[in-house]
Amino acid sequence: MFEPVLLKNINMPDSYKLTSYMSSGGYQALKKALEMTPDSLIQMVKDSGLRGRGGAGFSTGLKWSFIPKDPTLQKYLCCNADEGEPGTFKDRAIIEYDPHQLIEGMVIASYAIGADTSYIYIRGEFSLGADRLEDAIKEAYQKNYLGKNILGTKFSHDIYVHRGAGAYICGEETALLESIEGRRALPRIKPPFPAHVGLFGKPTVINNVETLACIPHIVNRGAAWFASIGPAKSPGPKLFGISGSVNKPGLYELPMGTPLREIIFTHAGGIRPGKKLKAVIPGGVSAPMLTEKDLDTPMDFDSLAAKGTMLGSGAVVVIDDSMCIVKAALITHEFFHHESCGKCTPCREGLDWIVKVMRRIEHGQGKEGDMELLKKLCVDIFGRTFCPLGDGAVMALRGAFNNFTEEFEYHIKNKRCMVNGNR
Amino acid sequence: MLSEAAANEIKEIRKRYATARSCIMPCLYVVQREYGYITEEGMREIAKILGVQPVLVFEVSTFYTMYNKKPVGKYHVQVCTNISCSILDGEHIVDVISRKLGIKVKETTPDKKFTLSTVECLGSCGTAPMMQINDKYYENLNDAKVEDILNGLR
Ligand SMILES: Cc1cc2nc3c(=O)[nH]c(=O)nc-3n(C[C@H](O)[C@H](O)[C@H](O)COP(=O)(O)O)c2cc1C
Ligand code: SF4
Ligand code: FES
Repeated sequence: MFEPVLLKNINMPDSYKLTSYMSSGGYQALKKALEMTPDSLIQMVKDSGLRGRGGAGFSTGLKWSFIPKDPTLQKYLCCNADEGEPGTFKDRAIIEYDPHQLIEGMVIASYAIGADTSYIYIRGEFSLGADRLEDAIKEAYQKNYLGKNILGTKFSHDIYVHRGAGAYICGEETALLESIEGRRALPRIKPPFPAHVGLFGKPTVINNVETLACIPHIVNRGAAWFASIGPAKSPGPKLFGISGSVNKPGLYELPMGTPLREIIFTHAGGIRPGKKLKAVIPGGVSAPMLTEKDLDTPMDFDSLAAKGTMLGSGAVVVIDDSMCIVKAALITHEFFHHESCGKCTPCREGLDWIVKVMRRIEHGQGKEGDMELLKKLCVDIFGRTFCPLGDGAVMALRGAFNNFTEEFEYHIKNKRCMVNGNR
Repeated sequence: MLSEAAANEIKEIRKRYATARSCIMPCLYVVQREYGYITEEGMREIAKILGVQPVLVFEVSTFYTMYNKKPVGKYHVQVCTNISCSILDGEHIVDVISRKLGIKVKETTPDKKFTLSTVECLGSCGTAPMMQINDKYYENLNDAKVEDILNGLR
């Protein structure tokens, strides 16, 4: 059995309090890190092979190394706790049950890049989580893990919590910066990248909660230890959130690269009684769905990319044979349509059109030629949007089409659902 | 008028950010708490205290869905109907609540106690189907549980 790393404290009583965190070796990594040079810390994180857990899988150490070394420049760290990708509920567990693990990771990361201030951007609905973070931050100040001259060193750091207010696009890193700056969250053009021009125009690193939570463990147990878990190019412990039609939905921490079949059937207890597996979304709804034939795919960035999908947030959504794929795709696209920020035309208008066509198909009013129309809309949107939201929506729809063409066609031809006959 | 406590809270918020504009989002929450929803008066007060153009506050308030531009009931019942909840029949939960309260989605009961909404994924998919009432999450719902929860709020 894999010994949990990120979730090791989660079942302790009052796990979110400093006393609990200290009892399992909390803030030892911070002490160690402050004795290292920032450069050697960055090298350590590079050597660990850690790749961002927010979805894109970019090397964390490399991202940190892009920050200019000029000590006179103000720099920022932003923790992305927006967690809005449907199916995803991993960061919330860390935030609510082990906030100090995140805070420790943030202080170390800030020391490595030379940031004296950081913000945690947390989605507005996570009210309990935001309160727990604020309490934990207060506790950390009292012990001088935050504040002026941390643990007697020259390094000082402040953390603030910024609550979002219901907009999925704020998870996109540049939209997140706009939101902290108090604007409508419209993504920014890149370049310049946030490492050079980020929050308030200053060099900024944006990292996911789970990414930052890995940092204390890398410092404590070494880069080689981290790199030895899972596939060489995509190593480390990984949180998988499993939801949908399984017997034991929930959050599981497993080595990166654990096969999808093992996650669903061994850990999550298999498919609910009387149902059969029909499709699996492997990484949040932006990730194209897989089917039975793909179940032996290792769950890591590269293996899933090779299958034309992605690890994304590691959110595994299991769909059974009583669910209509047209309906699943409609739910997904209603979501993207609702969350499109409206900045660019292909996404704003294209998703509106896609949703209109999908609604009529789902409601038994599909027309001949609708499939072709949807496919053409996908071509018109893909690669032409300002940020990856539009592309994600298209990829998800193509995934549904490619695997379940006949369900869409049946809906259009017979004006009703293939799965739930009379609807 | 905002209470003195609220005005002070805004001044405290101002200390956390490099620019006045950054304070708009947290300040809108203060206004929402004070008035029950986002009022034009409240937005103008924020603008005045922060020293920014009112339009900058208005444009933020309309972008984000958690700022209520209309009054909502004492209890805002928000049921997730995104994918994981839908697989476990979140729509049925919506129906149960709708029947029990005698209102449709987006409506408020005549006594102003309950407003019913459907929402996108709330990050609680492993405990689907679920809903949020005001700040609190209610998970692994079924008919009996929903019944109990709503009775408890009466
Ligand atoms: C539409 C959209 C939504 C996103 N939502 C999130 C999110 O909720 N949480 C997150 O950490 N990253 C999200 N990302 C990815 C971030 O832009 C960014 O890559 C990530 O926070 C970087 O952190 P990492 O390197 O630690 O993964 C989103 C990206 C896009 C395009
Ligand atoms: S792709 Fe969609 S979400 Fe992204 S900038 Fe364009 S309109 Fe906004
Ligand atoms: S899909 Fe309902 S909480 Fe995520």
